Amino acid sequence: MNKPSLTLRTIKKDIQKNKWIYLMAIPVLAFYICFSYIPMAGIQIAFKDFNFGAGIWGSPWVGLKHFISFFKGPYAWRIIRNTLLLSFYTIVVCFPAPILFALLLNEAKNKLFKRTIQTVSYLPHFISLVVICGLIKEFTQSTGLVSTLLSLFGVTQETMLLNPDRFRAVYIISDLWQTIGWNSIIYLAALSGVDPTLYDAAAVDGAGRFRRVLHVTLPCIMPTIIIMFILRIGQFMTVGYDKILLLYNSSIYETADVISTFVYRKGVVESNFSFSAAVGVFNSLVNFILVVIVNKISAKVSETSLW
Amino acid sequence: MVEKESNASRIFNVVNYILLALIGIICLYPFLYVVLASFSNPNQFIKHDFTVLWKPAGFSLEAYKHVFTGELGTGYLNTMIYVIAGTAISMFLTFLGAYVLSRKGYLFKKPLTFLIMFTMYFNGGLIPFYLWINQLNMIDTRWAILIPMALSTYNMIVMRTAFASVPESLIEAAKLDGANDFTCLFRIIIPLSKATVAVVLLFYAVSRWNEWLPASMFLRSREMYPLQLFLREILLTSSADAIVNTGGEATNVTALAEIIKYATIVVSTLPILIIYPFVQKYFVSGVMIGGVKE
Repeated sequence: MNKPSLTLRTIKKDIQKNKWIYLMAIPVLAFYICFSYIPMAGIQIAFKDFNFGAGIWGSPWVGLKHFISFFKGPYAWRIIRNTLLLSFYTIVVCFPAPILFALLLNEAKNKLFKRTIQTVSYLPHFISLVVICGLIKEFTQSTGLVSTLLSLFGVTQETMLLNPDRFRAVYIISDLWQTIGWNSIIYLAALSGVDPTLYDAAAVDGAGRFRRVLHVTLPCIMPTIIIMFILRIGQFMTVGYDKILLLYNSSIYETADVISTFVYRKGVVESNFSFSAAVGVFNSLVNFILVVIVNKISAKVSETSLW
Repeated sequence: MVEKESNASRIFNVVNYILLALIGIICLYPFLYVVLASFSNPNQFIKHDFTVLWKPAGFSLEAYKHVFTGELGTGYLNTMIYVIAGTAISMFLTFLGAYVLSRKGYLFKKPLTFLIMFTMYFNGGLIPFYLWINQLNMIDTRWAILIPMALSTYNMIVMRTAFASVPESLIEAAKLDGANDFTCLFRIIIPLSKATVAVVLLFYAVSRWNEWLPASMFLRSREMYPLQLFLREILLTSSADAIVNTGGEATNVTALAEIIKYATIVVSTLPILIIYPFVQKYFVSGVMIGGVKE
């Protein structure tokens, strides 16, 4: 028998044999081409001057003009700094929290209690972002629930979302509240897979409860933690911009305006399409490089990686 | 293995239970507060003494009257259309894609899989997407909400995992009886993957219910707005006077507007809260299936 080669005959035979599979693939493929790959090709608009008459493909090329005007403009540093800081603080606070929460839940032996707390903690995840942000805005008003409660501890009552110094705290703490329960699911699943005989062995060796968590539980769920960490770093430059869009206002742009909200405002709202596409391209580029770097490091250090 | 608990361990248990209970309360309480506030009398509520923390300040249903006379009904109706039609389209495409990815032994499986997976790591970004939808003349049509974001690659992968676990022999047998892939999918594979189908269906439906950004980008006509856009107006962008246009009543307008916000949240979130306890476990299992790599 000949070595099977990719000749027209083999292709024809394969298509005939699997014609239903290919038939079923057509709508799916069409979807991805139309709504993923053509927009990808549309990235070229960042190197052109878009006008509606000529469309994406017909507008004239202008090279790096928009990139240069972005980096020379007054807002580049501000939105890059805001993106990095907001993302960094969010990771520092909101990444370890669900792990800790899962570990604490794992130590609670009462099944009913555990399940109740779990169910309740997932709740904020299901409420629409619009409602969540509405709540945040109401609660952080000068007479709102949070402001009122904080005033008991001597904090001056003010409308927090009008004060640039308060925005990051509001964003991050509300994020913690929204995600701590839901993000703990994956760790709880990993925890339930830990072999119980390992604990017994550690106990025989005289390890106390804390040491068992440190030396048995944590190493067992480490691969999960690392994968989640890589995935999280991969989104470093995409802070939850729909949440910021709902919360921010022009008086707090100084701390609240990030790259993606800037892209949205300049592009969709103010119709500076090519300029904002250029900013978007810069953003995805940094993101992509970050994933590759973190993945490399992780593959070296721990032998856990995405690809 | 039974061991005697030390004192330190017992103290830790108590602290742990208190801490967890506290987290639970913090997650739940804001919603309880919203309900209490929504039934409050505006004039008493605005005093902001601490009574409203555990019971309504006074009692009034006035806010609810305003909620039901507003445009919220239009929003509800539109959202129902988007949830039902959108989820149907999404499910159909997801079934097809997941089936194709779960089959073996056809020539173009590898490039096809790559083409689909690649979109999880890279996309064109907001602006090219927006301009393309514009060039397709979909702006300000319901199609802009229903079609461009119909497929979630993540959901498709979850579904493929379930489809791949259906025994090959069942499909072989059906094919010997003359069934084609299409009938195999709908008569054998889907009925055998009911749990995952439920999970993915719920994922799609809830994200449709909650979605607001595509609508705010692509829709101009108010009569097509989904619930979330009206909610955004009421909760986040409007002034008090725009919500309450009664004029000349004794009630403090600002106070009433605030109560109306709370009542609006209750009305719009109730459907989710009612089904939540029943469907919560499906979501959790969905996360677990998705978490298992490949």
